[in-house]
Amino acid sequence: MRAAGKILVSAYALAIYGFIFLPVVVLVLFSLQASSFPIPPFTGPSLRWYEVVLSDRRLMSALFNSVAVALLSSALAVALGFLAAWGFARHHLPRSGLMRGLITLPLTVSYLIIGMGLLIVFNWAGVPKSLIAAGIGHVVINLPLCFAIIYSQMGDHQVTLERAARDLGASEWKVLFLVSVPVLWPAIFASFFLAMTFSWDEFVIAFLLTRFDTTLPVEIWNLLRSGLNPRTNAIGSLVFGVSIVLALLLELVFFRRSR
Amino acid sequence: MTGPLPESVSGPLVEIRKLSHRFGTHKALNEVSLNIEPGSYTVLLGPSGSGKTTLLNIIGGFIRPTEGEVLIRGRDFTQAPPARRPTTTVFQDYALFPHLTIGNNVGFGLRMRGVPRAKRMARVKDALAMVGLADAVHKRPHQLSGGQRQRVALARALVVEPAVLLLDEPLGALDLKLRRQMQDELKALQKRVGTAFIHVTHDQEEAMALADHCVVMNDGRIEDQGPAERVYSRPASRFTSTFMGESTLLSGKILDLGMDEIRVDTSVGQLSLAGAGEPGFDVSLAIRPEHITLVPEGSSISLGEATITDIVFQGSFKRVLAVSMKDPSVTFIAKLRSSHGLAVGDRVELYATPADMVLLSR
Repeated sequence: MRAAGKILVSAYALAIYGFIFLPVVVLVLFSLQASSFPIPPFTGPSLRWYEVVLSDRRLMSALFNSVAVALLSSALAVALGFLAAWGFARHHLPRSGLMRGLITLPLTVSYLIIGMGLLIVFNWAGVPKSLIAAGIGHVVINLPLCFAIIYSQMGDHQVTLERAARDLGASEWKVLFLVSVPVLWPAIFASFFLAMTFSWDEFVIAFLLTRFDTTLPVEIWNLLRSGLNPRTNAIGSLVFGVSIVLALLLELVFFRRSR
Repeated sequence: MTGPLPESVSGPLVEIRKLSHRFGTHKALNEVSLNIEPGSYTVLLGPSGSGKTTLLNIIGGFIRPTEGEVLIRGRDFTQAPPARRPTTTVFQDYALFPHLTIGNNVGFGLRMRGVPRAKRMARVKDALAMVGLADAVHKRPHQLSGGQRQRVALARALVVEPAVLLLDEPLGALDLKLRRQMQDELKALQKRVGTAFIHVTHDQEEAMALADHCVVMNDGRIEDQGPAERVYSRPASRFTSTFMGESTLLSGKILDLGMDEIRVDTSVGQLSLAGAGEPGFDVSLAIRPEHITLVPEGSSISLGEATITDIVFQGSFKRVLAVSMKDPSVTFIAKLRSSHGLAVGDRVELYATPADMVLLSR
């Protein structure tokens, strides 16, 4: 009876993990396909399609765009999120609870709605579709996240540290950069990497707000329109690899420390 | 006051004038005036909510008072932010910067003052040597024990040579043994550097051990201030007599006056003692526990019979509570030698010498 239960539990776990990871395994496996169609039988392994992808100028410039948008939009989202969190944590603001709610609200709104809203606003304001517009979109979705993470880590202990710095003669800017930021560094780092991860594979907003120069997810979508191809598997595997590296970095520098 | 004024050479180092502060409708401080002398060790003693921490925060610049002035070396600092005051603070949880080494923690204030690195490091070394932690320069705060962190906090605050050092319940986080040891070190350090210390505590033993000048606070006011010995032996108010050490309080009325003597009618009988006052005036008599005895000695008089309700063994003596037979609302607190064979429920007669009683009118 107990043995049967154990087998059942194991089978269930296997099914769950299979459900989650099988598509990725298939994607990566057929990126190593030697022939021209990513369907069984497997004819690899071969790095042929990675070569094709890495020498594709369009794909590589999209990759570079994605990295640039992710880095810059995340940095901006973290900076703004930190300042907002600091303001809310250190000053008595009127209707503080409501304002905090409003700033985190975009977390619950779908990217499609945010993207459409930005599209309309940019259209009206005469801002052309571009990587900058997509970057602004990513700041909009990531700022609430950065704010929430950093705000949750601001406690009373840091208030005393900031008081001590002021007491020893530090100006407000020095308090901020020599005490508040270094003390909150793990939270700042974590929110930066999380924002990077989200920006890196965000599709809807980038699709709506870019035109000629675009990000990698949009470029992959363009590829997919002409049908399945081991090329898309190869670039998909690369994207997946970068996401894994970001997640590992996050795990290493932040979650390890808080344990 | 506007414009720079010459720093006065004589006179108090810190002058607090009619300071009042409100938090909303709560009056945390009520017209407090206080002078701090150069080189003195002042202790602000009081229960929580007495306003002692608020007063310290106002001197340090963390709170702007609703009314009143804070003068340091004759200059008005009431509105100045903490960074521009000649004061530094040792915080209750030490507030060492966890991301900096001990050396950089201690050097922080000097860095803010633009002292060049080489000079800074030399002064940091001296300051750490002063508190006995010369070899901790490269360590981090989390590698030190509570007592060592306390010393680092002291070094960090003293290295910038403040006019006044403020200590906010600095020993509160330490265990009893370490607290007594740090008390001695604090006192010795203060004498050595000669900086005026203002130390906030609710621990009366700490206050008695440290204070040159003891300020007892209650309910936003100064109840009593003076040398610790005087405050203990001749408290100025009922509150002081029960907060700074224990006392039995007998309330009564002045009956009549004699030659330098008055007779007081209390619920346990009429007592004559030296003092002055007007007949009919309500007063209290405070008697310290060590002045109550079981046998008459010298000029002592009887306080009447009482029933023992509690005995606490405290080593060389026993702390005995006894309820008066004449007035059940009076509970005598006595410190009696442990050799007395006493038990709860025993009926005893208690004595005290009138000269040891303190006449209190408030």
